[in-house]
Amino acid sequence: MTEEEEIFKILEQVLDPEVPVLTIADLGVLRSVNVSQDEVEVVITPTYTGCPAMDMIEVNIKAVLQENGYQNAIVTRVLAPAWTTDWISEEGRKKLLQYGIAPPQRRGLSSSQGENEIPCPQCTSKNTEMISHFGSTACKALYKCHDCKEPFDYFKCL
Amino acid sequence: MELKIKYLLQIADNAMIIGHRLSEWCGHGPILEQDIAMTNIALDHLGLARNLYQYCARLEGGGKTEDDYPYKRDVRKWRNLLLCEQDNGDFGKTITRQFLYDTFNLQFLTALQDSHDEHLAAIAAKSLKETTYHLQYSGDWMIRLGDGTEESHDRIQKSVNDLWMYADESFLESEADRWALNEKIGVDLNALKLPTQNNRTEILKEATLQIPESGWTQQGGKEGKHSEQLGYILSDLQFLQRAYPNSVW
Repeated sequence: MTEEEEIFKILEQVLDPEVPVLTIADLGVLRSVNVSQDEVEVVITPTYTGCPAMDMIEVNIKAVLQENGYQNAIVTRVLAPAWTTDWISEEGRKKLLQYGIAPPQRRGLSSSQGENEIPCPQCTSKNTEMISHFGSTACKALYKCHDCKEPFDYFKCL
Repeated sequence: MELKIKYLLQIADNAMIIGHRLSEWCGHGPILEQDIAMTNIALDHLGLARNLYQYCARLEGGGKTEDDYPYKRDVRKWRNLLLCEQDNGDFGKTITRQFLYDTFNLQFLTALQDSHDEHLAAIAAKSLKETTYHLQYSGDWMIRLGDGTEESHDRIQKSVNDLWMYADESFLESEADRWALNEKIGVDLNALKLPTQNNRTEILKEATLQIPESGWTQQGGKEGKHSEQLGYILSDLQFLQRAYPNSVW
């Protein structure tokens, strides 16, 4: 294993504070790791512009690396290319579904306007309706299922 | 450099002030879902403002931080559009203000993605994705309220009439706008006018609302000449720094 790969492995301990079943790698927030002689640079990108979780993620990355002997880790934030829900890994999508959040439709497959027929994460019915564009966090919309009657969060396409 | 900072502040201040206005709804929304929606959108605007203030601080150097811009400038130094600072009024007035701003902002950020300033282009591309959702939200509500009950129709029509004089200030070029366009950093505002107005017309028609005749356009925001509204915002926004200068968390 190269040192970069080892660091990626260590960073699997860093979870998204808002959806604590996803690692930052699952989410696509972790972009790259660069190791030079005396420094480790971790590059991350925000999901949403004003995402308040970014500060916490940065602190957690540094803490986890410090525990593993990397004293001089720096965290760099990049904006380009802009994060997209298509970067959420297959593993991440499965975890979201198990957690009760409907994973985003693939951007390529759906028009950005019509996010319809979102399957309910509880009962898989497509007989669902959007209640609000904006849910408990900026990245989620609120839906309800007409079959099992449960409300659920849908991770919006971005 | 001075003009570049002015240009960046025009964009940042719009986001900061309209975001602040939306955040005033926190805990006061008509229903919980709308409260959450408006504060989520406020957060997107705040995020854009922060990205730009951070960029300004980096360019200016001299120990400046992102917080200096929102907390330590008085009214005349702010460069936001007058539209952004207008009070929330009822829910319909807030939605109308957002709608007029979102329709402009969508075109503006789309064009700004091609800025020759790579960092600015990246900031624009990032925020553009969120702005699409903002317009979907405000546009849907324009239609629901306009094509709703007699009461909702009349009230939102009044808001459209009242805010119309602020709708087109965004297209008037400041010195900084002209400089930025010339340097290929900025956007040609004239080119945005038609697509923005078409978008507005389309949604207002669907909302069965009358489009007011274009008349007098209020202006001055980009030059620091504001309506009385901004002073009230700043007395709230800057309270802590005024009462306890340089205090930090």
